Amino acid sequence: MTDLALFREETRDWLEINCPPEMKKPMTPHGMTWGGRNCKFSHPDQELWLKRLGEKGWTAPTWPKEYGGGGLSYDENKVLAEEMSNLGTRMPLASFGLWMLGPALLEYASEEQKMEHIPKIIKGEVRWCQGYSEPGSGSDLASLKTKAVEDGENYIVNGQKVWTSYANECDMIFTLVRTGAQEPKHEGISFLLIDMDQSGVETKPIKLISGASPFCETFFTDAVVPKKNLVHKLNKGWDVAKNLLQHERKMLASMGLGGSKAASKGKTGSGLATLSKKYVEVKEDKIVDEGLRQKIAKCDMNSHAFSLTLKRVSEEAKNSNNGPSAATSIFKLYGSEHNKQKYEIMLEAMGSQALGWEGGEFGPEELAITREWLRTKANSIEGGTSEVQLNVISKRVLDLPQ
Amino acid sequence: MSLVLNETAAFLQDQTQRFAREKTPTSHFRSVRDSENPECFDREIWKQMAEQGLSGILIPEEYGGSNFGLSGIGVVLQELGRTLTPSPLFATAVLGASLISKLGSEEQKKKYLPEIANGNLTCAFAFEEGPRHNPIVSEVTAEKKGDKFLINGKKCFVVDGGFADLIIIAAKSPKGTSLFITNKNSKGMEIKEAKMVDSRNSANIIFTDLEVNSENVLGEIDNAQDTIEEVLDIARAAISAEMLGGALEAFEITINYLKEREQFGVKIGSFQALQHRAANMFTELELCKSCILESLSCFEEKSNDVPRIVSLAKAKIGETFHLISNEGVQMHGGVGVTDEYDIGLYLKRARVAEQIFGNSEFHRNRYAELTGY
Repeated sequence: MTDLALFREETRDWLEINCPPEMKKPMTPHGMTWGGRNCKFSHPDQELWLKRLGEKGWTAPTWPKEYGGGGLSYDENKVLAEEMSNLGTRMPLASFGLWMLGPALLEYASEEQKMEHIPKIIKGEVRWCQGYSEPGSGSDLASLKTKAVEDGENYIVNGQKVWTSYANECDMIFTLVRTGAQEPKHEGISFLLIDMDQSGVETKPIKLISGASPFCETFFTDAVVPKKNLVHKLNKGWDVAKNLLQHERKMLASMGLGGSKAASKGKTGSGLATLSKKYVEVKEDKIVDEGLRQKIAKCDMNSHAFSLTLKRVSEEAKNSNNGPSAATSIFKLYGSEHNKQKYEIMLEAMGSQALGWEGGEFGPEELAITREWLRTKANSIEGGTSEVQLNVISKRVLDLPQ
Repeated sequence: MSLVLNETAAFLQDQTQRFAREKTPTSHFRSVRDSENPECFDREIWKQMAEQGLSGILIPEEYGGSNFGLSGIGVVLQELGRTLTPSPLFATAVLGASLISKLGSEEQKKKYLPEIANGNLTCAFAFEEGPRHNPIVSEVTAEKKGDKFLINGKKCFVVDGGFADLIIIAAKSPKGTSLFITNKNSKGMEIKEAKMVDSRNSANIIFTDLEVNSENVLGEIDNAQDTIEEVLDIARAAISAEMLGGALEAFEITINYLKEREQFGVKIGSFQALQHRAANMFTELELCKSCILESLSCFEEKSNDVPRIVSLAKAKIGETFHLISNEGVQMHGGVGVTDEYDIGLYLKRARVAEQIFGNSEFHRNRYAELTGY
């Protein structure tokens, strides 16, 4: 038996023994575990599952063992993902620490910082949020003004961040702050880790067009941050930010793929078609409205093509040492635009039944679709607007003149 | 399923790329087009392609081919598509070779396949019966008369039909669909040769009591439908690969033009209105690459999802080549509509290739049907 086959067998056995029964059931709307100092579990099995996987480092399977990660190779990680998917186990931990901060820390943080923060991310003990955008600095992020000034062993931070997802529930925030001159704008920025459990940090939720939202504004008023929380060199925070943005865009892109797995696998009808059939005329299993039917097909085919592209890029990455392929630059753009399109088609199929807000005869799923449709409008804005993504492709990939 | 080229395919791609650049750049296409040669391809070049083994890629080794498979011929067509190389490769080495390999008797295979592989024999598949693709044959009929068959009706837009030595006819027979092999000089067959807008050879063929002996039936009588569908999918994947080559080249030509052309004192590629459209085209091309790799390899993997994946590839590349050829002409401005610049040649090829065995709308419809709506 090859090492990999052996690993597969051991992994399957381990998962079968250690995954609690509740965690083999499909995810529920409130069933996600986000971790943190004040972590709330809606079922005790969630806590058990997180604890077991966290101890094995399998919430971050490819991260190095010395920081508590799984230390798995590319192939082993793939096997683990396949076995978890076969068994239908839930994702143990949703975390910006895992998806965004951790990979950047592994690259840029000091040994001491890695030892302090990474194990806690892996075990879900500290919950992180991101403090990048400011009211006056969106697409032009590098113009940010939140200021950190040296004061003995500390920095004193003043300013405001916006779009800080889940800030009101988080323990720590990773921020970009100005430590140098305003111009040249990229060169006076530092990457700072700030504990939110202090009076100098306040958060206020933002209400979106979709109703409630996880977004907040975060205010810093003489917040105190020990100097050891500076990641990478002073005034070199933009390097870390760029690296981290890549991870963020990858994460956001994959969100646009909901349901596309089904579309690429199944012959029994895509999610979009199944939903539409409940609202439109169907004859012999066929959607009668040919215009709508073509739109659904086009959207399903785009999902299919996009998931094949994600797969191709990961295979290419494995087979070459040339770094990420140019195709990665399309992920955020395509994923978010595609997701918006998908929801517009749902609305078209459902008609007024997708436009309820409360009361009436709207089912919970229908009301959720309405709000999710509104929420998708932010997909092509957050983490770099589609226009910024198009600029990146034009300039960095196609090398078009400035 | 692998979305990365295997070694053989990578080798073939490399070899064909060099061949196309040296022997058949677009100037070669122009010289064939502007010559009096009604065949629309250069026999000397075809001979060289055959010597390189390109005509035998889908033919088993025992019949003189290399059996490198669809991934092999796909990358070859892609590279030839970049320079718009005119050749019988698609109709002969994809359609003809596949139909005969899959359905031919031992005798037929021995007679025809080695001749296809060595480049001596060209084929055409007389299938379509109207200007829009229809996978069901109904107009052309084959009626049994003694130990012979009598074929009547009309086929349209037969690729390479004007010169092919062998015409393979799909006809409605008493209890199903059948295939017949016939020689181009057969009595009872009137070939109306045409040049399409992309300067490729095509023909409408009228059959009037064309007599075919029973030994020239390809496969079992009445029983060809399943294989026809299989071969149509092979051909769709193959033509999609050629279209990808054309789309990539048309895109690159356009990007280069944006970097050279100056107006208002700057390169026009610095205008965001053009940059964003270029970036969108790049995005669509990346998706097409994945679909086409998948469609070429799914046959070898014996996936049970072949028809859906092939429709995905043909529809996506159809849309994308359409978009890029239109945008390419527009972004070239005035010179884009001159014959001197190559971009217009890609526009013409795009439209003809889009129609071959189903345009994007056809394949979206098929994808929807296969997915259950």
